[in-house]
Amino acid sequence: MIKEDPLNRVLYIDLTKKKFWIEERPELFTKYIGGTGVAIRLLHENCPNDIDPFSPDNPIIFAVGPLNGLFPIASKTVAMFKSPHTGNLGESHAGGRSAIAIRMAGYGAIVIKGKSERPCYIAIHSDKVYFRDATTLWGVKEGLSVGSLIRRQEPGAGLRTIMRIGPAGEKLISYSCVTLETYRHFGRLGLGAVFGSKNLKAVVISGKRDINVTNFKEYKQLYEELLLQLAESEKMKKYHELGTPANILPLSFSKGIPIKNLLTNEIEKIENISGESFAEKHLGRRVACSHCPVACIHLATLRKPYEDEPYFYRTVYLSYDYELIYALGSMLGITSSEDVLKLIEAVEDMGLDAISTGVILAWITEAFEKGIINETMTDGIVPEWGNTECYVELIRKIVYSNNELFNDLRRGIDYTSSKYGGKDFALTYGKNEMPGYHTGYGAHIGYLFGARHSHLDSAGYAIDREAMTTQKTVEELVERIIKEEQWRQILSSLVICFFAREIYTSDVIHKCLKLSGFGFSEEELSEIGREIYADKYRFKIKCGFDIDNLSLPKRVFEIPTSLGFIDKDFTDKAIVLLKEKIKSLL
Amino acid sequence: MKDNEKCVGCLICMFACGRAHQAAGLESSCIKVRSQGGISRGFSVFVCRGCDDPPCARACPEDALIVRKTGGVLLKEERCTGCGYCVKACILDAIGWNNGKNKPVICIQCGECAKSCHYKVLEFVRK
Ligand code: SF4
Ligand code: SF4
Ligand code: SF4
Repeated sequence: MIKEDPLNRVLYIDLTKKKFWIEERPELFTKYIGGTGVAIRLLHENCPNDIDPFSPDNPIIFAVGPLNGLFPIASKTVAMFKSPHTGNLGESHAGGRSAIAIRMAGYGAIVIKGKSERPCYIAIHSDKVYFRDATTLWGVKEGLSVGSLIRRQEPGAGLRTIMRIGPAGEKLISYSCVTLETYRHFGRLGLGAVFGSKNLKAVVISGKRDINVTNFKEYKQLYEELLLQLAESEKMKKYHELGTPANILPLSFSKGIPIKNLLTNEIEKIENISGESFAEKHLGRRVACSHCPVACIHLATLRKPYEDEPYFYRTVYLSYDYELIYALGSMLGITSSEDVLKLIEAVEDMGLDAISTGVILAWITEAFEKGIINETMTDGIVPEWGNTECYVELIRKIVYSNNELFNDLRRGIDYTSSKYGGKDFALTYGKNEMPGYHTGYGAHIGYLFGARHSHLDSAGYAIDREAMTTQKTVEELVERIIKEEQWRQILSSLVICFFAREIYTSDVIHKCLKLSGFGFSEEELSEIGREIYADKYRFKIKCGFDIDNLSLPKRVFEIPTSLGFIDKDFTDKAIVLLKEKIKSLL
Repeated sequence: MKDNEKCVGCLICMFACGRAHQAAGLESSCIKVRSQGGISRGFSVFVCRGCDDPPCARACPEDALIVRKTGGVLLKEERCTGCGYCVKACILDAIGWNNGKNKPVICIQCGECAKSCHYKVLEFVRK
């Protein structure tokens, strides 16, 4: 690390005492780089194993890396905390303005602990930290945006990040998210609820500075090369044009997109919710995370008439992505893009994780069909595939109703199905709801063993795509999953957007690291990746994660994937092998 | 400014401006990109338009800003005391600030920002 690089500064904030201080931790960053690597170390240091996730002692950690602010598309922040959804590792990544704001404010990481007596928000402007009263913002319902209220109060327009929670986070729903800049999220694993438990409504961060490099001439040259590649490479085209929803049609064609709680892999009119169709009918604007030329964030416009008055319309902008179209579309049997947008709006208003919410609604529908739950339990709502109105109602009930079922649903379907039954079709992996790829072994085993049970851990769906042409043995599959996930620890420690993983090859990363004052050899780098991965598992196990008791939901064996039926024997073997491999790393 | 409506708010132009001033980061950048009140409304980009009779230069009590015939101004660093009047005088907010030196960073009319914008929001024209 370059000596004056502010990356090594960790900002600690104590919400109980309303105090903050800065510690210089060069040893942390020179060893674990930043992002994921530093965050997991800080989590070990700051989170006692046996605490409740809603304890004031549960820290919220944000971390960025050396390339943020220096190179294009290094534009993400890693958040870590003990997850109220799974009870173990909570890790979530988001872009927006966050990474550049934290780096430009002069920090490599921020650790927030304690609990404020009253609702508050934190404003971090470079070296100054303010604790602001947020009593007025607490309980603000949909429609009135907390972001726009804070925007008026705080400086730093254009460069600042405004992270905030919605009603779901205030109500401690274990899959509530933190929204940034209106369109980006720390979505998964319940960071929103951890904010809520601390009476923390929002965090604003801004700053502006220059960063040193080892060789300016080389830096400039490499930067410009990368920029050109990001703009022109075929590898980025998909994100440039249709964005991630470009996947809908090919995946549905190969039967890889889950439909109606994975009761089937086929549905008519899926083309109506394809990326092409969204772009044609709704695309209103494209925006980018700070320091990313790709601008994959697609905003749709939804025009909504007022029911009580003619010629009055409201137009809202909503960001859509593959995962949202899957969870709030195909998974619920919805094949109208307008309906998907209506559900996205409901989820955004509440501040819920869209993936978990969609999978939960799908489970409710099937559980209702099977008589596991009934109308008295749902406050009279009859869930039905494709019926958007009932889903919007259910989302509101999950947040606001106090009846028993909705109270239980606030903890996800692993918990709810343990109590009411219906576990065989509860699509969860290590207690986290399923991402949108039913492509084969890679995807499912990947979710189950990924340190955060996400499709982004090892991109199992990409491994499945390869398997379409060359079949993989159990050993090969396990090897690929572990290797990919370990390499991704490096990418997420530098905090590069995963979409650019094919441009940021190990060779490019070496050059970038050298220019920012890090001299790792190739072996050292893969050793660090391995260590971070192991460290995450150490944390999970310390929190009671039972690696010996992991199994796939029964439903995934019943419906063929893109690669045909999943064979139980094969997955059993892979599970045993992965367990051994992970244990040997610890 | 060619077409604000197409701006995606990526800040690539701001970083390009920094590099044109031999810096990595945002502090030395003379460009400002702002949302027009929330991202859904889009962005505005503020950049030096190289005024013929520049208010920034007029505001400088030390005559540290020299008006260039080809447009824009040139900073005579040794004369500048770091009072910041020029920054306030430019209603486009098109002047950066180098905290280390405590001096303004003035647009050098190099066109790097326009060159780096993939969305052709900016256009560089010499007078
Ligand atoms: S590709 Fe998309 S998600 Fe990734 S940094 Fe760019 S705008 Fe953000
Ligand atoms: S580079 Fe272009 S699109 Fe990006 S912020 Fe600047 S003007 Fe906007
Ligand atoms: S800095 Fe502002 S006032 Fe000075 S020449 Fe440029 S646009 Fe005009």
